[in-house]
Amino acid sequence: MTAIPLPAKLQSTELRTHVSVRETVSQSLTMAFRALLRLRRTPEQWFDVVLQPIIFTPMFAFIFGGAIAGGVEAYLPMLIPGILVQTVVTTSIVTGTTLREDMEKGVFDRFRTMPIARIAPLAGALLTDSIRYAIATALTFLMGWIVGWRPEGGWALLLAALLVIFTAWALSWVWALLGVLARTAGAVQGIGLMILFPLTFLSNAYVPIDTLPEWLGVFAEWNPISHLVTATRELANAGTVGTEFWVTLAGAAVIVAVFAPLTVRAYMRKA
Amino acid sequence: MSDTKSEWAIEADGLVKTFGSNRAVDGVDLRVKPGTVYGVLGPNGAGKTTTISMLATLLRPDGGSARIFGHDVVHEQHVIRQLIGVTGQYASVDEKISGIENLIVFGRLLGLSHKAAKRKGEELLEAFDLADAAKRPVDKYSGGMRRRLDLASSLIAQPPLIFLDEPTTGLDPRTRGQMWDVIRGLVTSGSTVLLTTQYLDEADQLASRIAVIDRGHVVAEGTADDLKGLVGTASLLLRLADPEQTEAAVTSIHQVLGSTATVTPEAARLTAPMSDPERVTDLLIRLREQGIRLTEMSVQKPTLDEVFLTITGHGASTDDAEASDDAKEKVSA
Repeated sequence: MTAIPLPAKLQSTELRTHVSVRETVSQSLTMAFRALLRLRRTPEQWFDVVLQPIIFTPMFAFIFGGAIAGGVEAYLPMLIPGILVQTVVTTSIVTGTTLREDMEKGVFDRFRTMPIARIAPLAGALLTDSIRYAIATALTFLMGWIVGWRPEGGWALLLAALLVIFTAWALSWVWALLGVLARTAGAVQGIGLMILFPLTFLSNAYVPIDTLPEWLGVFAEWNPISHLVTATRELANAGTVGTEFWVTLAGAAVIVAVFAPLTVRAYMRKA
Repeated sequence: MSDTKSEWAIEADGLVKTFGSNRAVDGVDLRVKPGTVYGVLGPNGAGKTTTISMLATLLRPDGGSARIFGHDVVHEQHVIRQLIGVTGQYASVDEKISGIENLIVFGRLLGLSHKAAKRKGEELLEAFDLADAAKRPVDKYSGGMRRRLDLASSLIAQPPLIFLDEPTTGLDPRTRGQMWDVIRGLVTSGSTVLLTTQYLDEADQLASRIAVIDRGHVVAEGTADDLKGLVGTASLLLRLADPEQTEAAVTSIHQVLGSTATVTPEAARLTAPMSDPERVTDLLIRLREQGIRLTEMSVQKPTLDEVFLTITGHGASTDDAEASDDAKEKVSA
């Protein structure tokens, strides 16, 4: 065989035909690391998860507390889980918009020519977003505490946080699919908000359902957001794991089961 | 070694890629020897980038086949990706993070530890004269710095084959010269380079063989000298003081240089292929004897456009194709 002057590394390394699971995990973590590096230079990406809880939590508490519950203190056990769900669920749209923006960038072409797992950039994005959800959750709880919320759930508070984060993560698969298929990031944002804005408000997040007109009450009753809110309230305020918890968990699992394969398939075709 | 079961770095046979009704690449054949720079020369939209994208597993060919060091680009994608580095027309680095952070991310993805990736990154930044800008975000880099970082990123794994898609388009002459030195250095260290360019000059400077590509076809292939032989080494450009004397001048050129001049009547300009510079003196003396006065004289190196005109019968830019055909009809006998 004539000596083809292969540079040193490849001469000693076997060429491989696939990526191992361990490499896939490590590459996904590297992609999450990259997303965090990017976040450091684009602080505006933190605005929604940081400012929304800080501004909206006290605002809603003081505006609606008197009207809905006869006082801020009395409203907080109802409001905090509700606003937490709305904030975190809405911020899940960002997964789709950043994925869309990323896939248009030149660097994405480099990823596609590297011997890495195809799924790593997507997995990395989903991983980073979980961190964003955790930040939004912690800040909402903190703001709630500052305005006087004293939850009695104890350790179940953590479970409540995990439930909200997991549900938002499940939903981010939907936005990721939209991100892969849509033409612009703006479209993803627009469609996402159009779905989530009514869904989060036409629920029991801010008001008791029995104050709604009957037809709307039926809708709010069935709205999956209401189930998540109720489950979160039960956990945070009383520390009980009720039916709603399991219903929500099952719902989120179904979303992942349906959308994860769809997203991965659409993504692999484009990536 | 079993990894290199082919004598060719790149073998492409009848590659086809269609976008709708547009056959962007329409049956491209290539043979690239390891350890050389191979130039793919053509105008915008000729199919250069599409060809590279298929060879680099970014696009799936609609027809034909290609192998990189004997490995099929469709069925052995993961193997191919270990053998290549791709530097695109638009820098494929992350603009929001710094140069060193880019290299660390790419190094980590290629399986290096954080420490090793950082060391390798610093080494490459040093080699590409970017050490001072290591910590600056890439969107603050100049065009030339971005290209260099892009190329550095392609070299982390020391791939045996490097694709460079128009590496110097849009760079100033000094930066272009630096890039050329870097490319020459790559080949010295044993890599194979496939380079696309719009500039004959660049292909001439760097490539040992050149394929001229037009509308998805390879229209000529050979060494730079082969291609230049098709159009003559250079052409002589004359502007006459008196347009009335054009015909007499053309006759003299034919007699002295033995070539046929192209005339632009409005400007009284003549362009004549020139194979032997010695003869130009004779021509100038002859023109003075005939009382033909010149307002301008210059020597033009063959341009891509002339290579194209000669090989394909139309100009390098598709839009100008008709204009060039018109021009050809004006060639006087």
